[in-house]
Amino acid sequence: MRHLANKGSTTPWLVAKLAVLAIAMFGFGYLLVPLYEKFCEITGIDGRTAGQATGVEYLTDQVDESRWVTVHFDATVNSGLPWQFEPVERMMQVRPGKLYETTYIAFNRADRPIVGQAVPSVAPGRASLFFNKTECFCFTEQLLGARESREMPVRFVVDPNLPERVELVTLSYILYQNEQATAVLAATD
Amino acid sequence: MSEATTHHDDHHDHPKGLWRWVVTTNHKDIGTLYLLFSLVMFLIGGAMALVIRAELFAPGLQLVNPDFFNQMTTMHALVMIFGAVMPAFVGLANWMVPLMIGAPDMALPRMNNWSFWILPFAFTILLSTLFMPTGAPASGWTLYPPLSLQGGNSFAFVIFAIHLMGISSIMGAINIVATILNMRAPGMTLLRMPLFIWTWLITAFLLIAVMPVLAGAVTMLLTDRFFGTSFFNAAGGGDPVLYQHIFWFFGHPEVYIMILPAFGIVSEIIPTFSRKRLFGYTSMVYATASIAFLSFIVWAHHMFTVGMPLGAMLFFMYATMVIAVPTGVKIFNWIATMWRGSMTFETPMLFALGFVVMFTIGGLSGVMLAIVPADFQYHDSYFVVAHFHYVLVTGSVFAIMAGVYYWLPKWTGHMYDERLGKIHFWWSTVWVNVLFFPQHYLGLAGMPRRIPDYAVQFTEFNMISSIGGFMFGFGQLLFCYIIWKCARGGEPASARVWEGSRGLEWTVPSPAPHHTFDTPPVVDDSVAVHKDELT
Amino acid sequence: MKRTNELIVGLAVMAVIIVITWGLFAVGENMPRGVTPFSQDVYQLHNTVLGIVTVIGVLVFTAMFTSIYLHRKSRGHEAAKFTHSTKAEIVWTAIPILILVVMAVPATRVLIDMEQTGGAEMNIKVTGYQWLWKYDYIEDGVSFYSALERQSNAARQIGSGINPREVENYLLEVDRRLVVPVNTRIRFLLTADDVIHSWWVPELGWKRDAIPGMVNEAWTYIMEEGVYRGQCAELCGKDHGFMPIVVEAVSREAYDAWVAEQRGEMAAAAHDSARLWTREELMDHGANIYQAQCAACHQADGSGLEPAFPALAGNDITTGTLEDYLKLVLDGRDGTAMAGFRDRLRPQDIAAALTYTRNAWGNETGDTVQPSAVAEFDQG
Repeated sequence: MRHLANKGSTTPWLVAKLAVLAIAMFGFGYLLVPLYEKFCEITGIDGRTAGQATGVEYLTDQVDESRWVTVHFDATVNSGLPWQFEPVERMMQVRPGKLYETTYIAFNRADRPIVGQAVPSVAPGRASLFFNKTECFCFTEQLLGARESREMPVRFVVDPNLPERVELVTLSYILYQNEQATAVLAATD
Repeated sequence: MSEATTHHDDHHDHPKGLWRWVVTTNHKDIGTLYLLFSLVMFLIGGAMALVIRAELFAPGLQLVNPDFFNQMTTMHALVMIFGAVMPAFVGLANWMVPLMIGAPDMALPRMNNWSFWILPFAFTILLSTLFMPTGAPASGWTLYPPLSLQGGNSFAFVIFAIHLMGISSIMGAINIVATILNMRAPGMTLLRMPLFIWTWLITAFLLIAVMPVLAGAVTMLLTDRFFGTSFFNAAGGGDPVLYQHIFWFFGHPEVYIMILPAFGIVSEIIPTFSRKRLFGYTSMVYATASIAFLSFIVWAHHMFTVGMPLGAMLFFMYATMVIAVPTGVKIFNWIATMWRGSMTFETPMLFALGFVVMFTIGGLSGVMLAIVPADFQYHDSYFVVAHFHYVLVTGSVFAIMAGVYYWLPKWTGHMYDERLGKIHFWWSTVWVNVLFFPQHYLGLAGMPRRIPDYAVQFTEFNMISSIGGFMFGFGQLLFCYIIWKCARGGEPASARVWEGSRGLEWTVPSPAPHHTFDTPPVVDDSVAVHKDELT
Repeated sequence: MKRTNELIVGLAVMAVIIVITWGLFAVGENMPRGVTPFSQDVYQLHNTVLGIVTVIGVLVFTAMFTSIYLHRKSRGHEAAKFTHSTKAEIVWTAIPILILVVMAVPATRVLIDMEQTGGAEMNIKVTGYQWLWKYDYIEDGVSFYSALERQSNAARQIGSGINPREVENYLLEVDRRLVVPVNTRIRFLLTADDVIHSWWVPELGWKRDAIPGMVNEAWTYIMEEGVYRGQCAELCGKDHGFMPIVVEAVSREAYDAWVAEQRGEMAAAAHDSARLWTREELMDHGANIYQAQCAACHQADGSGLEPAFPALAGNDITTGTLEDYLKLVLDGRDGTAMAGFRDRLRPQDIAAALTYTRNAWGNETGDTVQPSAVAEFDQG
């Protein structure tokens, strides 16, 4: 008498299928990385969607004159980067739908060239979907020579569809040292 | 049975001595190895817990420095989860799955041997990091970056060890699925399978689905730490929160990996000692499957405080609360099984009843944790520590102990010492509550978890908890003694062992011979734990 | 028979213990009610849910122990044969769903209330560092670091010989408190410099993670003056247990006075960074700064914790050229736990700490470092 066999599936075949499932799930772990990014982009889950500048001029024909939104500009320098970094204006009253420009200033206090990189973030996270930057310095490498300072512009439009209850939006840049690029720089000197 | 007429190659030249255990492909031997390994890990992890509780006995740092304390909390969790609880369930599966479905062995005996023998290597590597210059991992078992990435080179060993454990678990799970699906005796239809088999089948699928995700997550940590990738490094455009999502996508099903087989064990024991078939067998199967399914869509309840959109928080809150429904069904079914039964209270039943009560407490505090606004207070406090120790220690570990007492006579051929078993139960139950119940208060009063020292107003409850910890911990030496004593001798056990027991494992003699069911049994309603004809 | 009786007694005792402890749970050590509208909502919600689950627990255990009492073999009870009851199963699926809905409704309401943001009267940025907090008052321009207060820090060292019970607010006091006005809508922005931290003051009713690379938002409105204490709630390394939070809520007038005072201090500090200091002043101030900022890693006696935290006593860099040492302290060292202190400390603090470490524990360089030299070095 034989043991009951699973109809249509011998043991080696079943094992192969399960092994493929395991390998696929390993891949799925990696797939979660782009999925998460996409998910953030759609939902604004971590407030970082306003990452890249769209590069496209936002249509400014529908300025919402009925309300003001306060935009707060925030700057943080990571302790591993000997720079000073500040927004020129701390707060700005803006009309949704209208294009504005502001400036951040960065200063390299060290006596050697350093590459920095800014990571943007918007709080509250849900506002990031409605915060459109047409020009910004996010994620691009910024090279500052020894004791050099630079003005870095940001042009943005707050989407008129921003939920009514959001009155205050913080645009934050956190500046990190790009250690690899800085090291390359030091090596080529 | 027709033992004599069947021939197996490995029948005649059994290697003797220790070597036998290295090369064995016999499911019973491997089950024993797993169970002994898990007991050793339980004691090692327990020793680490005692270091933690000793340091927390009084405010101020007395024994260990904070970094070593963090290594202890991290290693305690890794050892208990991957070294004690999971291998114990795999060991029980190895022993009992073939016996309960009438199979001669596991479907893939050689792979079974590898699955086990990877583990001692994995844990030697993991534990050896304690002696490395940069120390063992100290970032919590969740290994959240960027903190975990600050670890020294020993971190690479930790990740390698986790990979090995993952491979071991996946191979073990594949083996169990193949055995259950392809090796059942004639007449053992899916809906006649004992619930332990059902819960393990579902658990095995969970393992195959999520252990690779953990492997992926820690591989990303590895490349971030040593090879310059930026999956989780904010400076390089990565996101530390992403790790938490991937980790808990593994982590929440992992929680159920550690509790579903416990449900299975308890569902075997309660009917036996109630002398009544399991109530609501079919709904038990469906409840198990729904819990497994839901476990994939609730992961973010571990991270409500990272700042999520309202919609996401509501979704994860509702989904988490829904889990209470199938879990409740299980608890009600167990009570209905006892209802109007003819109960006796041998040690396995005591542990099973202790499980039902204290797992329910852990489950109810779980419902509280699901409530997002309240979780903003509970999160990462000792309330959470109390919650998951109720479900893992008085849940999983009690169920494992119940299972060990229940099947020990079948394994050894002797009855264990019933009096000592009862003492072990009462001792453990009293002290485990002294250990963990006050931790609820500590959490509510504002004590965060994973701190080596605390403000003086937390002193009394910490002292009580530490006393409970030491008493519970040392009480487990009695458990070791009972097992040792039972293996050495004792009143001979009959084949059926328990008056109310049902199922194929009780049709073979005690101790179960090295080879069983070489000729498949025929399963009908008289031996099946569940009668198929019910509608 | 005797044994079974014992068993029943045992189980009954256990049930009683559980019920009593649950009762205590509800009325004894409980979640603080807190001093914000949100914390009080959460407290209500917590009590409601705790009440509901306690009742469920009691009912479930009552059913179970009733069965254990009545349906025992030792009482001669014969086992019944039933194995399912569709009616009962539907009931105990449906009722829990209803109970969950009852809990979900207030939970959802409180959560949505919490998300009702707007009307910020004040913004405070909180940055987590290993292992202290930095607070920036956006509108008022005040900014400072807040670390574990010295006495606690001394007492918490292994073998300190100081009894923690004799330290006031042991581990829950900081060198500089976060002073805020009451009855003011305050918006917190949270981020972190190195690893994830979590900012938790139970009396405010929430904790929120401070995550490197992103800014989180949280709100509060404190209704009562008082001092509210909390701690970092996310494991952030060695001294996770030693970075408390102290919020001091004061009247609007007191707050305004405090801000003026802070500004005065900042002006004085600017003066201090320019003037010349005596060696004694530098050593005194340096000892304070060292204990607050450096001793966690390098230890109070400069002996360090090898291999991660080098000893400063007899250290080549510490006693080497001032330039190298200053550079290391200002910029930190990549790939180690040594952070740059350029922004964390004022020139006079750094000068004093350097003077102290170059002259303590057998380090005898004999030199003094003036604040102006630090400022000058920094400006090139």
